[in-house]
Amino acid sequence: MTGVAILTVVIVLAPLVAIFGYLLYRGVGSMNWAFFTETPKPVGEQGGGMANAIVGSIVILGIASLIGVPFGVGAGIYLAEFGRNRLGKAIRFTADVLNGVPSIVIGIVAYAIVVLYQKHFSALAGGVALAIMMVPTISRTTEEMLLLVPQSLREAAYGLGVPYWRTTLSITLRTATSGVITGIMLAFARVAGETAPLLFTAFGNQYWNLRADQPTAALPLQIYVYANSPYDDWHRQAWAGSLVLIILIVTAIAAVRYAVRRGSFGTA
Amino acid sequence: MPGPQPVEQTKVTAVPAQPAPLLRTSSGEIPDRVFKSAMTACGLAVLAVLGLIIYELVQRSGLSWHAFGFKFFAASEWDPVNEHFGALPFIFGTLVSSLLALLIAVPLAVGVAVFTTEMCPKVFRGPLSFFVELLAAIPSVIYGLWAIFVLVPILSRYIQPFLQKTLGWTHLFDGPPFGYSMLAAGVILAIMIIPIISSITREVLMVVPQHQREAVLALGATRWEMIRIGVLRNARAGIVGGIILGLGRALGETMAVTMVIGNRPEIAKSLFAPGYTMASVLANEFSEATGDVYLSALVEIGLALFFVTVVVNALAQLLVWTVTRGQPARGSA
Repeated sequence: MTGVAILTVVIVLAPLVAIFGYLLYRGVGSMNWAFFTETPKPVGEQGGGMANAIVGSIVILGIASLIGVPFGVGAGIYLAEFGRNRLGKAIRFTADVLNGVPSIVIGIVAYAIVVLYQKHFSALAGGVALAIMMVPTISRTTEEMLLLVPQSLREAAYGLGVPYWRTTLSITLRTATSGVITGIMLAFARVAGETAPLLFTAFGNQYWNLRADQPTAALPLQIYVYANSPYDDWHRQAWAGSLVLIILIVTAIAAVRYAVRRGSFGTA
Repeated sequence: MPGPQPVEQTKVTAVPAQPAPLLRTSSGEIPDRVFKSAMTACGLAVLAVLGLIIYELVQRSGLSWHAFGFKFFAASEWDPVNEHFGALPFIFGTLVSSLLALLIAVPLAVGVAVFTTEMCPKVFRGPLSFFVELLAAIPSVIYGLWAIFVLVPILSRYIQPFLQKTLGWTHLFDGPPFGYSMLAAGVILAIMIIPIISSITREVLMVVPQHQREAVLALGATRWEMIRIGVLRNARAGIVGGIILGLGRALGETMAVTMVIGNRPEIAKSLFAPGYTMASVLANEFSEATGDVYLSALVEIGLALFFVTVVVNALAQLLVWTVTRGQPARGSA
């Protein structure tokens, strides 16, 4: 029986090794300077790159974080500090439900509430879709982390006459910083590779665009389009894009971890 | 001198709760209230978002609902040109691909979880679960890319001919082995949901008390019997919860499936035939849908998908909670 169990481990790890190995093999070989500096070439022409998609992804993720992080952390604070009632229970349950909603459905909603009013696809719509996906993860981890902070620490602050809001922000939240940031970066890593909610919100763009109200290219979208294309050169760029996307996700996580470790006394 | 003294005394007795203002100074009270309302607003925003999702989906699918009613979910015709819409092929595709994924993923995921908690030397435990969870961090579109260039060729060259030769009599594997098929979708979904199922199973197995294992071993059970009787049976509800959570993910998964399933709205008996799922029809057709009824029909598919995944996830949450809250189903062993 031990043999069977080991066999399952081997079968499960095989695709992981295969995916990472193949990604590195095709990705590294496909990267070049043009990939990072140029925009896509018209169909049929060789070369070009994904510079606009990389920047577009950063813009969309920036918008998503700007909206999602404050709401997520705020909701987490509410749940941990004021949420021991029926409303808190309802919010907790709703956050868990939202976590399971398929990302493509969130895309439909962002389309309905942003794209239809703006009358065209935009980076903002993509950012809103991703923000909706970030909030449940951030709020639930923030709550968990705040609840780990010892009650005596809060009481010590009240004892010194510190008002409740200052206690929560400068004592409780500050103590839990590293945990809260871990939650934020988990949410970030999750939405960074999302493609489905961007299909009809950010839509993609062949050219440079830095305006939040215009259709914007994104790395996952570009990978999707290129992967489904019949051109070898586009396949090559899809692999390079995938490697960049994975590196983006991993470095985002690493950078935040490093900053947290240096910036506060608590370590992740 | 004697005059002011009684005045001071009455002051003290009149306001016995004198220390209170020290804690709640007038400068602290209003910011506290503002703070609390701001945080409550953030919490309410979570409720509002869910409300908004339901409202938008229901409202924007109304046109299709009025036109087709319940027949929408029973009709198998999908003809945007003549505006005849039936969602059955997509529902079929979503169900079959997800169930196929479960069929492949569950034994493997449970096996890995059992290995990491019960057999694995402690040194490898951390790295092993880390690697398995790394699978969960890979974006869906990269799974799809890998599936197009690695999985699909392997399937069409080796696995499909093999299945046809050995299990051809079931007629589940009829037709030309093109690779892009329901089978490919099931396999890539299985790879994607293994981390979810195995990490939850691992958590649940670790909750099973050690004395449970020792008791079964003391009765003379072998290690395998101990795992089966002492561990797996106790954790049954939680494992089922993990499996259903994996199902929830598989039902809503979009990109990887869209890239390999072949995207043809047909109900075929063979797993080698192309199919179409609810999520992938949204991905492919939503931004190109012309006409209000067409768009409304797509939103209705989204609503159905939303409804199914919410029910499935709620069920899974409930099952996992019953175990991890320290109430293993007693009497089931």
